[in-house]
Amino acid sequence: MAQPQATGQQQTERTNGAQPVNGMQFGIDVKPGMIDVVPDEEARLIVRNVHAYYGEAHAVKDITFAMRSRKVTAIIGPSGCGKSTLLRCMNRMHEEQRAARVEGQIILDGENIYDRSVDPVLVRRRIGMVFQKPNPFPTMSIADNVLAGYKLNRVRAGKGDLAERCEVALRRAALWDEVKDQLNRPGTDLSGGQQQRLCIARSLAVDPEILLMDEPCSALDPLATARIEDLVKELSQEITVVIVTHNMQQAARVSDMTAFMLLGRMIEYGPTTDMFTTPRDERTEAYITGRFG
Amino acid sequence: MATLTGRRGSFAATRGEIRKRRIIDRLMVGSMIAVTALVCSVLFIIIAYIFYRGVSYINWEFLTSNPRPVGSEGGGIVNAIVGSLILVGIASVMAVPVGVGAAIFIGEFPSPRLQRAVRFMADVLTGVPSIVVGLFAYALIVEPTGTFSGWAGSAALGFIIVPIVLITAQEALRLVPGSLREAALALGVPRWRVIMLVVVPAARRALLTGLILATARALGETAPLIFTTLGNNFWNTDPSRPLSALPLVIYRYAVGPYQEEHRQAWAAAFMLLAVVFFISLMTRVVFRSRYEE
Repeated sequence: MAQPQATGQQQTERTNGAQPVNGMQFGIDVKPGMIDVVPDEEARLIVRNVHAYYGEAHAVKDITFAMRSRKVTAIIGPSGCGKSTLLRCMNRMHEEQRAARVEGQIILDGENIYDRSVDPVLVRRRIGMVFQKPNPFPTMSIADNVLAGYKLNRVRAGKGDLAERCEVALRRAALWDEVKDQLNRPGTDLSGGQQQRLCIARSLAVDPEILLMDEPCSALDPLATARIEDLVKELSQEITVVIVTHNMQQAARVSDMTAFMLLGRMIEYGPTTDMFTTPRDERTEAYITGRFG
Repeated sequence: MATLTGRRGSFAATRGEIRKRRIIDRLMVGSMIAVTALVCSVLFIIIAYIFYRGVSYINWEFLTSNPRPVGSEGGGIVNAIVGSLILVGIASVMAVPVGVGAAIFIGEFPSPRLQRAVRFMADVLTGVPSIVVGLFAYALIVEPTGTFSGWAGSAALGFIIVPIVLITAQEALRLVPGSLREAALALGVPRWRVIMLVVVPAARRALLTGLILATARALGETAPLIFTTLGNNFWNTDPSRPLSALPLVIYRYAVGPYQEEHRQAWAAAFMLLAVVFFISLMTRVVFRSRYEE
């Protein structure tokens, strides 16, 4: 990666004569090369000093990093390391759980999505999410599932317009050819892999700028997984994708950037090729060479 | 090494042990069948006996005319059927939104303490003897207004319906998978819409079951009506005056001195069962979804 650069607000702090950006200025334990590996103009979503809690349990500890625009960022780490929690902080889904709370900032287009004035509902329309287990709405047809974002929000749109959006979303999710003749059948009739692509289509239909994927393949067989992975790579030409996975091969295959988490902290972050060939931290190396996790 | 038989080093059971297991197995299966048969036969005997005693008196005149003066032949119970429907209809309209609303409130906006408190109160309320509920409605409505009325009867039935609906609705909502709520929230759908358009429809079947259960219970209640709607030998559809009701008719005729009245009581009991059955059937048909198996 190029010359370390600062992002957003940090830049101002830097021009104010502060130290180079390495996290030290926040008084936190951020290694050099965590946020500065992403050049300013490429940073799409910036996570800054984020902590997440479930009641007393401190699941995500002081994480600062930035996601590159139109790239795939993978978050890897052993079970319970907080990677899913971190992901759920990024579209304000974490706080939907009981006693869950988030501290810190997550910045999209220069705006902190945790600002008091921000409506989480609007955040979620711009930052979509795909879950671990496919979760199509059981009471809706395939078409209605894809258009759920419109239907549930009672968006007024012409029938033709909606049909077109439905087709576009299904094509983007590489599902159109398989379901174009059965759009009125229940979404739950599809196979697991198809259901997951249906859920991806549902997220894409509302045109999110960022798509968060929480272990989207963990409930799928290898063939279905391969299809989703191809899809992720294609999607990253248009939108920014963040994918959580416990499968390192998957991270290596689909992602441009990889973050490694352990016990709620982010240990290392960098270009995927570097991470898998020359990890800087010995814990990262131990994990990716399969010595634990 | 521990073995399945207790003898070391072998999985083989002795013939005696196998015989013993078989006997216990048959005994258990046999007693389950016996208990199930007992439960079913009680229901069957009740229905069959009421059918046997009641159906012979059912005819067009019985279903379409009002009661005749005591001691004279003929006459019918149309006013009681209509009265019961009005009473239960008003009670449902008043009580179902309250019960379902409370269930949604404590289920979807969880505060464990409130949840426990409301649930406890609902449990207590279901346990209150219905005659006490009737007295309460008497004190609340009949005394201040100075007249027995359908409204008072409906209110008494409403008090009986609320906790039943609340408890069944709470269970129904709890069975909706959290993944559906998450799916909708992640699409940027506001919480109240998620509840109204995703959670409630997904729980619809179980909600309906609770509704039918509550309605059936209310249709059969006699005690709360005695001091409230009183009963009426004449045609009346105005709930501000005393209304007749099927259970009241059964009660009065059953203790009357005339054979004719006893026959009418059986026939009215048959009609009560028929009305309950018809209502539950209609509700299921009307609310059946396109996607139900």
